[in-house]
Amino acid sequence: MNLTLILFIVLAAVAVSSAAGLLVSRNTVYAALFLVLNFATVAVFYLMLGAPFIALAQVTIYAGAIMVLFLFVIMLLGSEKLPRGQALPFQRPLAIVLATVLLAEAGFLLFQRLRLTASLANPEASVNTTETLRILGMTLFNQYLLPFEVTSVLLLVAMVGVIVLTKKQKGEQG
Amino acid sequence: MAQTIPLSWYLAISAVLFAMGALGVLIRRNPLIIFMSVELMLNAANLAFVAFARFFGVLTGQIFVFFVMTVSAAEVAVGLALIVIIFRNKHSIDVDLMNSLKG
Repeated sequence: MNLTLILFIVLAAVAVSSAAGLLVSRNTVYAALFLVLNFATVAVFYLMLGAPFIALAQVTIYAGAIMVLFLFVIMLLGSEKLPRGQALPFQRPLAIVLATVLLAEAGFLLFQRLRLTASLANPEASVNTTETLRILGMTLFNQYLLPFEVTSVLLLVAMVGVIVLTKKQKGEQG
Repeated sequence: MAQTIPLSWYLAISAVLFAMGALGVLIRRNPLIIFMSVELMLNAANLAFVAFARFFGVLTGQIFVFFVMTVSAAEVAVGLALIVIIFRNKHSIDVDLMNSLKG
């Protein structure tokens, strides 16, 4: 057992158990904090895969911006406790069966293609991080310049849309 | 020293996270938690993208992940605004009450 393997197994356990915590927690704030933990472990996975830019973007965008937005809304809505009763009695067993089928299909495809993944199992062990970042920036701002600019328009549209949506209608009180 | 982790392990953890996100969308009735489960699924897909990018030795996957993050940020902003408006109109965010369009 070397260090990388132990790290991977521990991180995988944390990721899966925090996702399970998200699914079962009744309190919405706890669910959001479980999701932050999950995002943080995925960021460490990105670091292990030699993608430091994506790892830090994950921490700032997901764990930072998006989850803070979630927490704002949770606190705005008073972290409402919903009634526990099931509207559809067959919903939960059916959902569990469907999710198991999805996982089994993914696993089947994964192991059917195992020869492909095995042939890819040994990339060069060390990645030159600085060089990777340089190439990433060059690719993003040359080959993918137009999509990058389009994302700025997308964010602008989202911002204007949210402002229009949440604006109070004329004559609506407080 | 570093024996690298096989690609299939990363894909397996990505598949597990994706299935748990799908399960969350199906079993929970709080729209905020459904929304967080959608984020979990996007994140699992991102993990698969980065793993493939590493093992094929190309950086395009990382750039795609960057775009996915941007789109999901926009999506969260609009979706949470919709949830706030629904709360303002119905004074509850239970998904069972969102049946105004039902014939």
